[in-house]
Amino acid sequence: MFSILRSIWLTFLHIFHKTETVEYPEVKPYLAPRYRGRIVLTRDAEKNERCVACYLCAAACPVDCISLQAAEDESGRRYPEFFRINFSRCIFCGFCEEACPTYAIQLIPDFEMAEYDRQNMVYEKKHLLISGEGKYPGYNFYKNAGVDMGVKGKGTGENEEMPVDVKGIMP
Amino acid sequence: MKYLLTIAGVLLIVLSIAAGLIWVERRLLAVWQDRLGPNRVGPFGVAQVIADTVKLLFKEDWVPPFSDKPVFIMAPGILMITILLTFAILPFGPNFYVFDSNIGILFFLGNSSLGVYSIVLGGWASNNKYALIGAMRASAQMLTYEVFMGLSLMGVVMMADSFSFCTIVEAQKGGWFIIPQFFGFVVFFIAGIAETHRLPFDIPEAEGELIAGYHSEYSGFKFGMFFVGEYLGITLISAIIATLFFGGWLGPSFLPPVFWFLLKTFFFIGLFILLRASLPRPRYDQLMKLGWKVLFPMALINLIVTGAVLIFLK
Repeated sequence: MFSILRSIWLTFLHIFHKTETVEYPEVKPYLAPRYRGRIVLTRDAEKNERCVACYLCAAACPVDCISLQAAEDESGRRYPEFFRINFSRCIFCGFCEEACPTYAIQLIPDFEMAEYDRQNMVYEKKHLLISGEGKYPGYNFYKNAGVDMGVKGKGTGENEEMPVDVKGIMP
Repeated sequence: MKYLLTIAGVLLIVLSIAAGLIWVERRLLAVWQDRLGPNRVGPFGVAQVIADTVKLLFKEDWVPPFSDKPVFIMAPGILMITILLTFAILPFGPNFYVFDSNIGILFFLGNSSLGVYSIVLGGWASNNKYALIGAMRASAQMLTYEVFMGLSLMGVVMMADSFSFCTIVEAQKGGWFIIPQFFGFVVFFIAGIAETHRLPFDIPEAEGELIAGYHSEYSGFKFGMFFVGEYLGITLISAIIATLFFGGWLGPSFLPPVFWFLLKTFFFIGLFILLRASLPRPRYDQLMKLGWKVLFPMALINLIVTGAVLIFLK
């Protein structure tokens, strides 16, 4: 009997506790910086698109919601001709972000993407591309890659050795 | 003319309390569960009552073809009728009652027994195994708790020398009956919770146990009648506790007596809601054991001791 009265008293004391309700939309909930929300395509410090259209994100996607086509511009740099993500399929797992070698595709803590028409949930490159560097500032893929795109010469990157002269006699 | 005004006044107060309880219960439960209740619709969410009523009215009022139609339609009505009849004899103020019956308490007990019919008929007419199980459990529970509901009130009747509610309130001018009749109050309070089948005694309509128990086949306004009927039952038991044990409309004269009556009633309604927020539901056989083995002897002992003391004092 006493335990019942004690339960009633303790429940009564909950009047003096703070409520846990987050009164959305006047108050937004706190989201961690690594929260897997909306997908964006980022640029590097020189404002060039980071994406090299390697198809790794489309291959990693478990629901096949990414669609893209590679193209080369005049200086030989690869870029995506079109880049389409179907957000009605996307499960926000972050596999594309983990697969991307250039840190181009990233997931940011934004979830407010509701639409009335299903066609409006298919985002093209112009909707996904942002002008900043996203979560990884100062990273340029071409500083660590093997190719020379005007960023560094062949063999001059970190952990890189100069290419072997195949026409020389010395071992 | 004054008579019609009184009837209208009583009905208005009672029905608005019962409807307002929809909002009050949800917000109070939320306060005790560390969250906010409905606060979007209207100021502080008060228009939630209107929203719920409109929703219930517009739902499809489907009578199952496999059910017993006349009984199915009649069952919620019986509940409302019996409860509202009892409100007619409760005094809201010194002259604010519909009529003063000299068998007041017996009338209340008889009506609550008739109220059991509404549940049993509802469950039977639904022609549904689980509704019937809910109805049978409800009838067994309510029968048990009615036995000592009546007995616990006999102490009050002996002290006030009358069955009439108005006379009992007058007799408390020298001191509320809660003090001499504390055990009677406890037994009546627990029996009252069981009568209106509220938590912790809500096996008949438990949401997780038998879907919705005896009212699983009901939808639309008939369900609304069961729903509001339950809130009316809570209001009735709170009002009766306030009248019989806590002095009814008696109180310091700087506020009108109706106000004191409503204050005491609301206090007990809040207590009902607090019990719903805090207690788990006992198993059905534990409930019946509590009734027969603990509360029934307590009511009998209370009766005997009260009688003995009163004879000794005379």
